[in-house]
Amino acid sequence: MAADTLFHRITDYAHRADPYPLYAELREEGVVRQEDGSYLVGTYHEIEALLHDPRISSDRRKRTVPDETALAEQGLPPAFIGLDDPEHHRLRSLTMRSFGPPHTPDRISGMHDEITRIVKDLLGTFPGKERLDVVDDFAYPLPVTVICRLLGVPIEDEPRFRAWSDDIVAGIDPTPGEDPEARPRAAVEARKEMGLYLGELAEKRRAHPSDDMLSAFVGDGSGGQLTPLEIMTTSVLLLIAGHETTVNLITNGVLTLLRHPEELARLRSDPALMPRAVEELLRYEPPVHMLPQRTPLADIEVAGVTVPKGAPLILMLASGNRDPRRFRDPDRFDPAREDNQHLGFGSGIHSCFGAPLARLEAQIALHGLLQHLDAPRLLEDPPPYRRSPVLRGPRHLLIEDGRSGGRERR
Amino acid sequence: MNVVVDLNRCQGYAQCAFLAPRVFTLHGEEALLYTPAVPEEQQDAVLRAAAACPVQAILVGEEAGADAG
Amino acid sequence: MRGEPRDGRIVVVGASLAGLRAAETLRDEGFAGSLTLIGEEPHPPYDRPPLSKQVLLGKAPADRTGLPRRRPVDAEWRLGVRATGLDPVGKEVLLADGGKVPFDRLLIATGTRARPWPKPAEAALDGVFTLRTSEDAGRLAERLDAGPGRVLVIGAGFTGSEIASACRERGLAVTVAERGPAPLVGALGGTLGALAAKLQRAHGVDLRCGVTVTALEGDGRLTGAQFSDGTRIDADVAVVALGAVRNTEWLAESGLAAGPRGVTCDAGCRAFDMYGIVTDDIFAAGDVARFPHPLFEYQLLSLEHWGNAVAQAEVAAHNMVNPGPRRRPHLTVPAFWSGQFGLNIKSVGVPTFSDQVVIAQGSLKDARLVAVYGYRGRVTAAVSVNQAKALEYYQRLIETAAPFPPAQGAADQIESPEPVPSDVPDPKMLSHGPTVALTGHLPDRRLTLVQPAR
Repeated sequence: MAADTLFHRITDYAHRADPYPLYAELREEGVVRQEDGSYLVGTYHEIEALLHDPRISSDRRKRTVPDETALAEQGLPPAFIGLDDPEHHRLRSLTMRSFGPPHTPDRISGMHDEITRIVKDLLGTFPGKERLDVVDDFAYPLPVTVICRLLGVPIEDEPRFRAWSDDIVAGIDPTPGEDPEARPRAAVEARKEMGLYLGELAEKRRAHPSDDMLSAFVGDGSGGQLTPLEIMTTSVLLLIAGHETTVNLITNGVLTLLRHPEELARLRSDPALMPRAVEELLRYEPPVHMLPQRTPLADIEVAGVTVPKGAPLILMLASGNRDPRRFRDPDRFDPAREDNQHLGFGSGIHSCFGAPLARLEAQIALHGLLQHLDAPRLLEDPPPYRRSPVLRGPRHLLIEDGRSGGRERR
Repeated sequence: MNVVVDLNRCQGYAQCAFLAPRVFTLHGEEALLYTPAVPEEQQDAVLRAAAACPVQAILVGEEAGADAG
Repeated sequence: MRGEPRDGRIVVVGASLAGLRAAETLRDEGFAGSLTLIGEEPHPPYDRPPLSKQVLLGKAPADRTGLPRRRPVDAEWRLGVRATGLDPVGKEVLLADGGKVPFDRLLIATGTRARPWPKPAEAALDGVFTLRTSEDAGRLAERLDAGPGRVLVIGAGFTGSEIASACRERGLAVTVAERGPAPLVGALGGTLGALAAKLQRAHGVDLRCGVTVTALEGDGRLTGAQFSDGTRIDADVAVVALGAVRNTEWLAESGLAAGPRGVTCDAGCRAFDMYGIVTDDIFAAGDVARFPHPLFEYQLLSLEHWGNAVAQAEVAAHNMVNPGPRRRPHLTVPAFWSGQFGLNIKSVGVPTFSDQVVIAQGSLKDARLVAVYGYRGRVTAAVSVNQAKALEYYQRLIETAAPFPPAQGAADQIESPEPVPSDVPDPKMLSHGPTVALTGHLPDRRLTLVQPAR
């Protein structure tokens, strides 16, 4: 019986390839209490309002059902993504000092050429390959290389932090009905180890600073400074986020374009459309499907339902992005869409910290790929998906290029 | 090409200041300043910034009344 | 056909933000007739908010703040010529150059001008400025470039405060004189006024409240100023920032309900005549309009806000080319922003329509906060300081007339949850004019005498 609830079906791996009909059901149902005491919201206007509601906490320790304080105390304290203002603001602003405006306005736009070069290098390994896996050969290595350079993490250590990252991501999966302790405990351990690793790297920068963010974190500290513990939690967050989301954005982008050959052709002939196409991808196939860790700090009313203080509140961003009450023809992929105020990066104070970097990477990557490939086609549709219903995207995306495969464009 | 930002809509996400830092700058933590007349070499960056604005507050276009006689 | 809403002759008097957006909306909505825009300034429409910020900071030239268009408007632009009269019977706009422009429908969007220094001889001294037009800004920026010894800013409303901020950022010595108890108090009330005063002083402004400037001194060139408390300063630049005057004089003989507080119109932007009868072919929009708002007890509001100029122009234009049942009301919640002393101040609702205020989020100490205003137990306004993302939540509370004080539970409610009096002073006691004015309920209340024909 429990397995029949909507949230079970949404998180069920069987629906990973196409959760959108379930989201339509969710929007139809409205805000409904699930068996485990959580509430799902899937309509655009309600999600948008909740993301700006100061009474909605991002701190899981505020949850009373289930009481999560005990587990949380065992590991590192939350990074700013899991904190509320004013603490969230303090940490996010300190982190922003070495990432973007007003203190470092040129950091991201200054990476344009470097990202282009990395894309070119990755594409350079393609000729001769009949088949390629967009994930392993392209969409994964690009953001990992970029975030490593940005933070100052040696790319050779990738296998180490990939394992930690997998455990941490598995820990945020809100899969109901499982042993509620096992995966979170592994995640807590992985976070601790990754934090120690990054904390050590940062310490080394103190004596040998470089032009990366870890160096800035331990730098002169004018205008405030992160503590060693905050450096650990923050750099874990940035490394994971830089790792696990952009890969989905790029892969979902390739998949979507290959499913819409006429739009692909349009983008090929009009590259100036790419920035808007990436926004449409963020709406149509967003890399983050839900925000599973909100909690109201007071009883609040959402669309006529009272969500009690302390209850888990899950915001289904990907569902809001397809809400026909907000977007005209929401299930249509339209790279030239006007009025596209999507929730792909969330909204409000927790809106994605790395959004400008993800945008730039996706624009450059998709542009590079479109120009490089001649007549690509999908070998498997739907492709196999990653496990997570939160950070949703293909695990592999096998394609074949007409040029190397000698096939005609279909 | 000219640009205007509806600063009533603007919530300070600063995507424009990341993507076109020669045209959009933050004054302090949140107040946005911009160059209304966009220099030629910044036009692509400004279009990128306008597309990325999470609240769609940036209007880019030819200068109004250019046809005024 | 003249009777068809999408045909005929439409004249827009005022070629700034409201006039431009109205013209574009008319074409968007399928208006196919002739369209004429009349503007007193010789320039195509330009954006004014940058004049007191980017331009004074030297980050943008004064003559390069042109507005981008949304679409071509296919209009006849008559720039550099002032409208001097309106003949509502013959349906003609009279121009300063003797010309007459006939219309079937008219949009009045003549906006405001800077309130001049009341003593003309002193106002004529070299070094005395106002700031409204791009020429004003260009001249003032040039003078600031020359590095004056001290700048006097008269009036600490938003414009005056932004000018003072730009001067301090350029390292110039600044004195601000304000008759009221604090800067911005006329728009934001006592609590944020006190914050603004602290901020100005922390940035090195010589802020003098509760005084008036009694004389600007000089012989051809400004040399200093005297204050009502008997003190005086040396200054070689003075900026008069006493608020705005609505450009309605040209309508004095039109029979419209037009006076110092604007041209009164209904919720659909149709102008009233002096007897309180609504016209059907004359519309008003932007700073010059005075219109009823249901959220503020249907009192007639006068707003000097960028966003209102855009929104009201769109509604007016829509209604000019649509028959009665398709017309829309202008209901947007008033909103404005100001950047000064490194802070982003944003407001929704009408803060002066309040009896109490509470700091609902953030803190005064950090100058990062949301102040929420209430009137008789409902939320009527909210102002954010460096916390713009929070504001849309409160806008919803205003739109739904939610109870005041707002529900508690914000994670960052740091200050006392107890509301305090909002302390909005009588505008008569201020140097700076309010940019929002509630002006009562009577559309036909003539506020100027009918001038006899010359």
